[in-house]
Amino acid sequence: MITALFNDIELMIMLVGALVGIASSLVGTFLVLRGTSMLSDAIGHSIVFGIVVVWLLTHQASGPLQIIGAALTGILTVFLTELLVSTQKVKKDAAIGLVFPVLFSLGVLLINLYASDVHIDAHTVLLGEIGFVWLDTLPLGGVEVPRSLLSMGAMTLLNGTFIALFYKELKLATFDEALAKALGFAPGVLFYGLLLLTSGTAVAAFDAVGAVLFVAFVIVPPSAAYLLTDSLGRMFLYGALISIASSVSGYHLAVLWDVSIGGMMAVMTGVFLALAFLAGPRYGIAAQWLQRRRQRQLNESRTLMVHLYNHEDGPEKAVENVTQALREHLRWAPARAKDVVERSRQRQLITQHGERLQLTQAGRRLAQEILEPGVSH
Amino acid sequence: MSLLALLSDYTLQNVAIGAALLGLVSGVLGSFAVLRKQSLLGDTLSHAALPGVCLGFIVGGGRHMGSILAGALITGALAALVMLLLTRMSRLKTDAALGISLSVFFAVGVVLLTYLQGGNNASQGGLDAFLFGQAAATLRSDLWIMGGISVFALALVAALWKEFKLVSFDTQFAATLGLPVAWLEALMTVMIALAVVVGLQMVGVVLMAAMIIAPAVAARQWAHRLESMVLLAAVFGIIGGVSGAMISALARGLATGPLIILSLSSVVIVSLMFAPGRGFVWEILKLKRDRRQLRYQQVLTTLYRLASHHSDPGYRLDQGMVDAYHRTNTKRALDRLMRRGLVTLTTPPSHEPGQRKQWVLTAEGYREAERILDSLGQEASA
Repeated sequence: MITALFNDIELMIMLVGALVGIASSLVGTFLVLRGTSMLSDAIGHSIVFGIVVVWLLTHQASGPLQIIGAALTGILTVFLTELLVSTQKVKKDAAIGLVFPVLFSLGVLLINLYASDVHIDAHTVLLGEIGFVWLDTLPLGGVEVPRSLLSMGAMTLLNGTFIALFYKELKLATFDEALAKALGFAPGVLFYGLLLLTSGTAVAAFDAVGAVLFVAFVIVPPSAAYLLTDSLGRMFLYGALISIASSVSGYHLAVLWDVSIGGMMAVMTGVFLALAFLAGPRYGIAAQWLQRRRQRQLNESRTLMVHLYNHEDGPEKAVENVTQALREHLRWAPARAKDVVERSRQRQLITQHGERLQLTQAGRRLAQEILEPGVSH
Repeated sequence: MSLLALLSDYTLQNVAIGAALLGLVSGVLGSFAVLRKQSLLGDTLSHAALPGVCLGFIVGGGRHMGSILAGALITGALAALVMLLLTRMSRLKTDAALGISLSVFFAVGVVLLTYLQGGNNASQGGLDAFLFGQAAATLRSDLWIMGGISVFALALVAALWKEFKLVSFDTQFAATLGLPVAWLEALMTVMIALAVVVGLQMVGVVLMAAMIIAPAVAARQWAHRLESMVLLAAVFGIIGGVSGAMISALARGLATGPLIILSLSSVVIVSLMFAPGRGFVWEILKLKRDRRQLRYQQVLTTLYRLASHHSDPGYRLDQGMVDAYHRTNTKRALDRLMRRGLVTLTTPPSHEPGQRKQWVLTAEGYREAERILDSLGQEASA
């Protein structure tokens, strides 16, 4: 039965896709929160160099040693970038944009020179071959398990363990770096640990999704999660859910349209981000629009209450407390004035007699509350 | 191949002209991007050009440079717009917005690319060139389009030079002068997209970012004015572009983009090392000079202090004593001071036991030491 499970090609592909997303968004959450997302772009590109060098040295493209070796290139990128920034001759953004293209270029040229006819060609470097992950299997307890599934599973476990072990420290270092430093938590070391894991994840995910699509899995699900929640714990959960949903929906759409599976999965992360951006519960565009509209309506009816209250007992009452005055004195458009009157009437703040507007007891209390807050009436 | 044959080779001419155009445009436009700390925007725009390339291919019904570049320009601008929307209207920071635009647009490009390949389109082979660049595939007709875009972009820079300069260096001041800052910034973003478009064929979408950044960073090391920086960046861009493209065209099988980027990066490294006043080598030399200077001054003031301590301006000291004071050999420093006429060697009077020559301050040295101590804000006679 388990054998049948691992022979299910569709399931294997979707599982690898989901694991790429989960492992990446675990580390990506911290990158996004710290404002250093573009480091994942740099790391994703420069590990190409590491992978080629390791392959040239060992003639093996996968395995834990290869992952660690290639992942060191990712750290090298970050280190060189920071070195360049520390000389104060180059700004941070330019430094990132200078270092990784050099390593990436070296990697591509090495492929051109020495490895053009093997497993890694320049095309795979960018796009990955998630559709073929089931071709490369390893025996595990008598069952043939796809190699990518093993490496991605291991990276997911490793990232999860690291974050679980240093959760408190990472949280503090992310939200209050100065305090973390003062308390002796070495946020710099923690951060390098995180980047090492990011590089490792990039290498493990490389076969499946390539160098650039990896960036989507690191940045997009955590960003979408960030638009949905304020809790760090929930961000991990939502990031993982979005990854799984992207993997499943991306796979089916890719099969339907006969296009790149990894590419479609990455596109789907973007679709979910767009959904969160538009329809998120608190930070979404729609939610904010509704919130603003509610606030505006509230302000309008409060304005009306105060206006009516001010002129309630005066001689000008017949001129002021009529619908005409709302248009002329409050400068409300007729439609708007009508809306406000209608809403206030429904909330039983006013009553309307022909053109005349009359405060109810509740409306009067609201006006008094606004004009003399804290005084009981 | 002789040099003459090389120069008259049709393909190589195309490659050289194309690379020169590319270097010129990315050098000039990149300078503004780097100064405005928008280097990574170039990265996003270039990756985002991929779906545009594919769409241009679909709409144009084949490899027509015009429609491909128009597509790239449109999706590049769209990516910039998405990035702007995300940063303005959500709580995401700039870096996340850049990364999202970059990766999602690129993913769309990948999907379109595979869609085209799945459609068994006979001429889609030319599309792969846009990933890493393929100089040898440059046609003469491509050059006209690239040239047209370059002329347009450079003319725009020339026409709006003052405005661009002001917005790059002091946005707030530009706003107080009533300049349409938002429009100018949008225009400068479009200019980056233009540079990307010019480089698509040569460098490819993945490495175009470095093409925009590298010449400007190299030029920044040598220049202190925007005018000279832009000019130098153009020169560096042309040198890096042409040399990389030529190597790629001559050695078959090597992608052009990486070669151009590596040759440009060497220019950057040389600039970081040797640029006068700013380079590492220069800094190290200055550090050494300063150290030496400090040593002379220390030795001089030591002589001065001892002289005033003994109330004898002509106080004489053995070499060994000066060494003992500084716990190191001071012969070189004293020799140097002597050459500048601040100390002299005198033979002690015959009634004294030692007969080795001794160091003594000259009148000028005495004044110089006073001046140094004064400038240090110290009491002249310690």
